[in-house]
Amino acid sequence: MAILEVSGLKVYFHTRNGVVKAVDDVSFSVDSGETLAIVGESGSGKSVTCYSLLDLLPKPPARIEGGTALFNGRDLLTCTPAEMRQHRCNDIAIIFQDPMTSLNPYLTIGEQLIEPLIYHPDKNKIQTRTDAKIAAISLLDEVGIIDSQTRFDCYPHEFSGGMRQRVMIAMALITEPKLLICDEPTTALDVTIQAQILELIKKLQVTRNVAVIFISHDLGVVAGIADKVLVMCNGTVRETGDTDSIFYNTQNDYTKKLLSAIPEGAKTLPNRANTDETLVEVTDLKTYFKNQLNPSKDEDKRFVKAVDGISLSIARGEILGLVGESGSGKSTLGRTILQLAPTTEGSVKFSGEVLTGLTPNQLVPWRRKMQMIFQDPYASLNPRMTVFETLSEPLLYHGLANKNNIASHVRQLMDDVGLAQSQLRKYPHEFSGGQRQRIAIGRAIATKPEFIIADEPVSALDVTIQAQILDLILNLVEKHNLTMMFISHDLSVVRYISDRVVIMNKGVIVEQGDTEALWGSPQQAYTKDLLAAIPLADPKSERARISNR
Amino acid sequence: MYRFALGRLLQAIPVLLMVITVTFFLVHSAPGGPFSADKAVPPEVIKALEEQYNLNQPVWKQYFSYLGDVVQGDFGPSFKYSGRTVNELIAAGLPITAELAFYAMLVALIVGISAGVAAAIRPNTLQDYLPMTGAMIGICMPSFLLGPLLVLVFGIYLDWLPVSGWGDLPGDKILPSITLGTGYAAYIARLSRGGMLEVLSQDYIRTARAKGLSERLIIVKHALRGGLIPVVAFLGPAFAGLLAGSFVVETIFQIPGLGRFYVQAAFNRDYTLILGMTIFLSTLIILFNLLSDMLAIWLNPKLRHEIEGAK
Amino acid sequence: MSNLSTESFVIQEDQGSSLWQDAWIKLSKNRLALFGLAVLVSLIVISLLTPLIAPYGYEEQNLDMGATAPSLQHWLGTDIFGRDMLTRIMYGGRVSLMVGFIATAVALVIGILWGAIAGFYGGRLDAIMMRIVDVLYALPFMIFIILLMVVFGRNILLLFLAIGAVEWLTMARIVRSQVMSLRNQEFVEAAHSLGLSQWTIIRRHLIPNTLGPVIVYTTLTIPSVMLLEAFLSFLGLGIQPPESSWGLLINYGVETMEEFPWLLIFPGIALSLTLFALNFLGDGLRDALDPRTSKD
Repeated sequence: MAILEVSGLKVYFHTRNGVVKAVDDVSFSVDSGETLAIVGESGSGKSVTCYSLLDLLPKPPARIEGGTALFNGRDLLTCTPAEMRQHRCNDIAIIFQDPMTSLNPYLTIGEQLIEPLIYHPDKNKIQTRTDAKIAAISLLDEVGIIDSQTRFDCYPHEFSGGMRQRVMIAMALITEPKLLICDEPTTALDVTIQAQILELIKKLQVTRNVAVIFISHDLGVVAGIADKVLVMCNGTVRETGDTDSIFYNTQNDYTKKLLSAIPEGAKTLPNRANTDETLVEVTDLKTYFKNQLNPSKDEDKRFVKAVDGISLSIARGEILGLVGESGSGKSTLGRTILQLAPTTEGSVKFSGEVLTGLTPNQLVPWRRKMQMIFQDPYASLNPRMTVFETLSEPLLYHGLANKNNIASHVRQLMDDVGLAQSQLRKYPHEFSGGQRQRIAIGRAIATKPEFIIADEPVSALDVTIQAQILDLILNLVEKHNLTMMFISHDLSVVRYISDRVVIMNKGVIVEQGDTEALWGSPQQAYTKDLLAAIPLADPKSERARISNR
Repeated sequence: MYRFALGRLLQAIPVLLMVITVTFFLVHSAPGGPFSADKAVPPEVIKALEEQYNLNQPVWKQYFSYLGDVVQGDFGPSFKYSGRTVNELIAAGLPITAELAFYAMLVALIVGISAGVAAAIRPNTLQDYLPMTGAMIGICMPSFLLGPLLVLVFGIYLDWLPVSGWGDLPGDKILPSITLGTGYAAYIARLSRGGMLEVLSQDYIRTARAKGLSERLIIVKHALRGGLIPVVAFLGPAFAGLLAGSFVVETIFQIPGLGRFYVQAAFNRDYTLILGMTIFLSTLIILFNLLSDMLAIWLNPKLRHEIEGAK
Repeated sequence: MSNLSTESFVIQEDQGSSLWQDAWIKLSKNRLALFGLAVLVSLIVISLLTPLIAPYGYEEQNLDMGATAPSLQHWLGTDIFGRDMLTRIMYGGRVSLMVGFIATAVALVIGILWGAIAGFYGGRLDAIMMRIVDVLYALPFMIFIILLMVVFGRNILLLFLAIGAVEWLTMARIVRSQVMSLRNQEFVEAAHSLGLSQWTIIRRHLIPNTLGPVIVYTTLTIPSVMLLEAFLSFLGLGIQPPESSWGLLINYGVETMEEFPWLLIFPGIALSLTLFALNFLGDGLRDALDPRTSKD
């Protein structure tokens, strides 16, 4: 029995640039108690679709151009503001992607929790503060917040990301809605927390008999919890059907493309590591930062111990994967190895020479040999320099090219990274995320380095673009005989690309070893948890895993 | 929180000391003494006066004896208003200037915040353009222009309101308060508009809307606290500015407050009065800055927790 | 690797659109800002040409005529000494604008250097430098300026320095915060990892990206400075006769405003209009240089 029926929904954005058809003739339905997953890359219109149901779109640019959205027979798109408030309270709730910014930092979470109850637009349902508080606390228990009585009076900044998302879920469910929309709720969370939140949503759905629309760009995430899947691209629906059909039997080209883009399984290219030659050697490395926010007398708390005693070595030709959740210190480790962050203790050797302690001037010749690819394609390029200037800078500075031949060198780089040479005089903001990352990669290989650290190079990209960039990286490693350290929080990506893997947590190495060996038989509990939490694009095994918990 | 306040107060003391010292030596390094600008006064009389006021001592000695007096709260006698001490003069002018500043601040906050919030709720509409253009006019029309114009229109042409004095005639507090407060109302209007716009685009406002709360509730309960932060930060400089602005307004409207005294003292080279008033006003400003800083911290739960020590 | 010597065909390169060009496009669509720009340019031109184009001599008095209302011979009337108001306002504008630009320049130089050094080196140097700024910020500057003016005489040079000394603080803060946020941007890190020297990084990567807020704030400082000068002149502590500025003219105008209101109104309009125009220009520049607003 369908509680939500959307047909022919059209939402257009009227910008000064022209009309953007964010949602163009989208239809779907959700039955009570069912979970519908809406999957698509950025710009597919998946969020806009759902926001339009609750009138959460900024109205001047956005306009609903057509279609109906029937909730229990009433059209959401044509109701009055007063009616919409009723819907928002009684019928449909929504949780958002970023738990850090979705809660009001100036009010306690308790206050924010009870608001829907004490200000209910339906006069009959208004509760007193005392009653509302009781309901809120019991809901906090239900979503897994321990010590709910005290935590009721705490502020959002006192909770971790995962906890905040639980609070958001509690806040959404407190008025007992019939439909819960989840807009990428786990994208900003660590993989183990993600698994917990997914389980929680599934559990709550069953106990409260709520229908769920789960929006995600990650097919793996929805595989275990969705009953139906809707695949969107550029505002249109490409395919819709039940989960198993979509994942196992799709005939649609776009869906196939999405599924194949997900890195799966082991690295296919051969391991070219030359175990006789150690290119990078890290010994007992420690990087401590002074704790600015909370200067205390306690020795332990005075410093943030980003890297706390790490030793590892990388052989020439090897691709080493460095995995860790947020706050594990993996980025800091990468930067310290490259001498971009100050070393507190320990040493880094490159090709047998000690780099730690060298002055910036002494480091210059070494810098040519080791480079970094950064995570954020929007921030890693100087917005005021053209592509040509960005790529030519390292070549000219290190004397690898001069005024006469610089143009050909740069054009060669463009070819290497797969960008059209006609784009040379353009500025970063005129490119897409994937293209910018190619430019960043081009800059990194310009000086023909021996060693490259890639710090989450594909984390900010859509999954299809991600696949392209990963392949580009692998090709370049082959072609230029590079040694690489690949940092990521995404375990599937790391498995796809690395020969060996190092698992890091809280500044120390938890476990390391050959990739497949590690995946096959992890030794440490932390590693086991991490691997178990990886969402696979395989509905049957995902369901089994969730029900096993 | 109290330790924080105490810490800041202690930090303020060297600042105050510096103010006193700099002012003292500035004033005393001016060419000519306080009495030399007068109409022809026989040299012996000047000498006698200088002896009476200790001006023939070396400057260093004067400085330390002055410092000693100040610490005990004695600003000394006025050089120009013979027979009256600086303390007396400050005490006479302070209530008036304080009241003027208070009313002006009231005008500034009420008019400014309402205009700014109204503009932010409906951006890029008439409700936005009108107040903001008004605000721009307010900023570009300094008090020494606005005041006389108001006097001209309301006092002389229309003859609705009195144009001088404070507390003597009914309604004579209106024009001066408006004159002083308008510029700040304009600035606060822009600040609140900016702050509110920023907050209204935040995710947590979207969350509040999605929960089914009314627009009014969202604005008052959720948006205002964050949106007015720039205004709170501005309170300190605004207070300092109001005091400075009172110089002009009191001159235009013939109000016997501190401002008018200060300007005259500067012209008259009334050393002790200048010194006394500078120190007094500086202390007020520093205190007010401290209060507004504390308010800003108190309003932000995260900062508050940090200052009070992590939980 | 590849044939570096000859290109067998020429590749057509697309023209990119830099952020400056985008900003100009955005600015040109903002009518108020363009108005501000037009006013500013006209003012500068008129001020420069004043000695040549003023209808009367600056000192030219006509005591018989005294103060007269606007007429064909004197578009803006005359003051109590029979001096042509249009001429007086033009000369006054020269002074006011000059003070505005020079004092702003003083504030700019000190503020940028201070802020850039503090922001770039960070650490203890930054802590000390910004502490000084904080302390100075808390001082009642108005009072000090008045004292300075009284004590050292009303020297125009001193006026520039005094006003500049007040305004540099905010400029320093803005530059420092911009530099600090840039320092942490990944493209600056990338420049470090390429081995570029400190100076190259400052020159090619930091400065071009700091210019935006600096330009905006400079444009907004000029009216602020002019206001300050007018304020001081009104109190009798700024520009001294025989020079005059708009502030001084307003002062004179207030004294006789009941009988000769035009002596107050016209200088008042001149000052307000200029401040208006500059503020709108500054606002427009701020919006135009904000990468978040689209140019289309």
